[in-house]
Amino acid sequence: MEGKVVTMNLVRSHVLICGGTGCTSSGSETLIAEFDAQLKKAGIEDEVSVVKTGCFGLCALGPIVIVYPEGAFYCRIKPADVEELVREHLLKGRIVNRLLYEEATGEREVKPLSEVQFYKKQLRIALRNCGVIDPERIDEYIAFDGYKALGKALTEMSPEQVIETIKKSGLRGRGGAGFPTALKWEFAAKQPKGVKYVCCNADEGDPGAFMDRSVLEGDPHAVIEAMAIAAYAIGSEQGYIYIRAEYPIAVKRLRIAIEQAKEYGLLGNDIFGTGFNFDLDLRLGAGAFVCGEETALMTSIEGHRGEPRPRPPFPAVKGLWAVPTILNNVETYANVPRIILNGAEWFADIGTEKSKGTKVFALGGKINNTGLVEVPMGTTLREIVEEIGGGIPNGKKFKAAQTGGPSGGCIPMELIDTPIDYDSLLSIGAMMGSGGLIVMDEDSCMVDIAKFFLEFTVDESCGKCAPCRIGTKRMYELLEKITSGKGEVSDIENLRTLAGSIKATALCGLGQTAPNPVLSTLRYFEDEYMAHVAEKRCPAGVCKDLLQYTIDKDKCKGCSICAKNCPVGAISGEVKKPYVIDPAVCIKCGVCEGKCPFKAIARK
Amino acid sequence: MVANNTIPFNGTPEQEARLSAVIARHKGARGALIPVLHEAQEIYGYLPIEVQKMVSEGLEVPLAEIYGVVTFYTQFTTKPKGEYKIAVCLGTACYVKGSGDIIDRIKARIGLEVGDCTPDGKFSLDATRCIGACGLAPVMTVNDDVYGRLSLDDIDGILDNYMK
Ligand SMILES: Cc1cc2nc3c(=O)[nH]c(=O)nc-3n(C[C@H](O)[C@H](O)[C@H](O)COP(=O)(O)O)c2cc1C
Ligand code: FES
Repeated sequence: MEGKVVTMNLVRSHVLICGGTGCTSSGSETLIAEFDAQLKKAGIEDEVSVVKTGCFGLCALGPIVIVYPEGAFYCRIKPADVEELVREHLLKGRIVNRLLYEEATGEREVKPLSEVQFYKKQLRIALRNCGVIDPERIDEYIAFDGYKALGKALTEMSPEQVIETIKKSGLRGRGGAGFPTALKWEFAAKQPKGVKYVCCNADEGDPGAFMDRSVLEGDPHAVIEAMAIAAYAIGSEQGYIYIRAEYPIAVKRLRIAIEQAKEYGLLGNDIFGTGFNFDLDLRLGAGAFVCGEETALMTSIEGHRGEPRPRPPFPAVKGLWAVPTILNNVETYANVPRIILNGAEWFADIGTEKSKGTKVFALGGKINNTGLVEVPMGTTLREIVEEIGGGIPNGKKFKAAQTGGPSGGCIPMELIDTPIDYDSLLSIGAMMGSGGLIVMDEDSCMVDIAKFFLEFTVDESCGKCAPCRIGTKRMYELLEKITSGKGEVSDIENLRTLAGSIKATALCGLGQTAPNPVLSTLRYFEDEYMAHVAEKRCPAGVCKDLLQYTIDKDKCKGCSICAKNCPVGAISGEVKKPYVIDPAVCIKCGVCEGKCPFKAIARK
Repeated sequence: MVANNTIPFNGTPEQEARLSAVIARHKGARGALIPVLHEAQEIYGYLPIEVQKMVSEGLEVPLAEIYGVVTFYTQFTTKPKGEYKIAVCLGTACYVKGSGDIIDRIKARIGLEVGDCTPDGKFSLDATRCIGACGLAPVMTVNDDVYGRLSLDDIDGILDNYMK
């Protein structure tokens, strides 16, 4: 060990503990306290520094702890493991093998993160600092070239050059639609001088996604720096970050970051002595999906019900408080400082012809490595699911992946080799969306998933326009009818017709895209709809009204566990003889299936 | 909505003083209503009509407009929450992993519909969207405690902890 050279204030090891929402939920806060206590007990608290970072990405294996300089990647660490880690690894320098990350191949060894299967195909640009720095300390951000891009923009570049650089880089919006970022900035910059606003969309409405929150939790200064650069480019002095109130950790870190930036003179007046002024405020959302839509977001910042406004006029011309405003997504902003620093060509070299750079996905659902991944555009779905995601648990088969949340669609098995970029996804009826990527296996019912999303839109429709308010409700009712076994073949055609009218006539993006989950599941899984309608059968065994629980006479040993656990007393029989379920009483809760030690209960 | 509130409003003078301070701090600023409502809900735990009236008088914004805003956003609630706030994530990742069944089980166990509170004020039940812990799906929370990788069998045990 290098014990001899250690002086009091030279730290010899760093313990990085993830403080993202996923790992915090798995108890990383207690872990940090336990590390502090154990290090003190061992008397090495001055030699080892414990850093609370943002998300490492591999949330499924949280809480995650990485110890440097060795780069030992420990997973699922419990407070009870800390004593051993401190004693063995930090005191004696012996890696604790049993706690190391285990590859699918079963090997456990210390290797650079870039060699770990989960990270091998990833390229972290937006997430570059997540899991690397302490997001609550601006000095760490600065140590990783933070605010250098702002300095470069303000002192070496004209606003036009900033916009030109972004344009050449090919950066497109990461909030869903993929609109070229530089075009928006250019429109706003060309408006007459006067008050203009720069806004950041951190509303992250897709109900199964958490990319933006992870960026804000892990690297809040990147977004602040980028917004200042955008403000310089369009001639604005005030920005707003519209963030969900449901993200308390992100809100707190942003508040700290803004305070620190002000203290350092990186926000406020005369930044870098250039005479450029920029201030930033937070606005908390209040749980309305439609407020992620740009015009609704602005109405909400103004203090009203967040209803969208017709466009044109576009926000770049007439936005917040009726002045020119640009709005970009969190991840879009997170790319900007790197582009300014490394140059447009560097960024444009990554990705595909029309989709440049990387995209962050929140990988979830039926997949082994749930978590956050960032891959170059053009990576195929197969690479994400099989290599990075580590495949489907329990030996099940991949059925489809859903992207784009309630506005998106699904990608079936036969298209799993589709490269993921804006245009390829659109061409197969899905969309990039903001980055939710939910994997489904053979046990997922596609009609049920479509219904899930429609229920979401019905709930979230703001009610301003009739096609969305009434139309989505009608579609939902048709899906209810189909999944409850009352569907008719004509309902499928009715769904298609309704979908067409809603898409064509709704006021904002919410309504215009609401039918997508239905249309895309119909496109690839019409047979599943037909099974529900014509045969009154749910092939995946999900739709309760179409299910029957039965006990296999040959497998049942008559142990009576099922009968004891049935909450409604639907199961009867004599001990040691096969039991039976009364379908008239059964509420299909599935408890018996889970409890049966002999797997004698089947769901059909 | 307001009429069937079973629990009468009993705000304290301290709460009212805090609310007045909040209103005074924001009054006159553009877009003040939503930040004020957020803080008011933090003070009272919910936004009954009585609180909305105070905000209306303080900010000089019509009550109808305030009611419109309060009912538009799901974060704002006109009903009180329980001592134990149960929230089940119905985000996509959790739903795919069966959180729909989890919520049904809880409903059956404590006899609550989503959005309601038990008459003794002990439990309330909400369905939330992704709380960002998809890696642990399906997920539920009770106040600040997070329970992940749930199976139906876990529910009774978890609820029992809070029943005492
Ligand atoms: C119903 C609806 C919800 C949306 N929700 C979000 C969201 O949560 N986050 C986001 O960044 N963009 C969202 N958008 C897209 C925004 O309207 C807007 O296009 C985006 O924030 C622009 O930023 P970008 O160009 O950087 O992507 C939503 C759009 C619609 C129609
Ligand atoms: S979908 Fe439940 S935590 Fe993300």
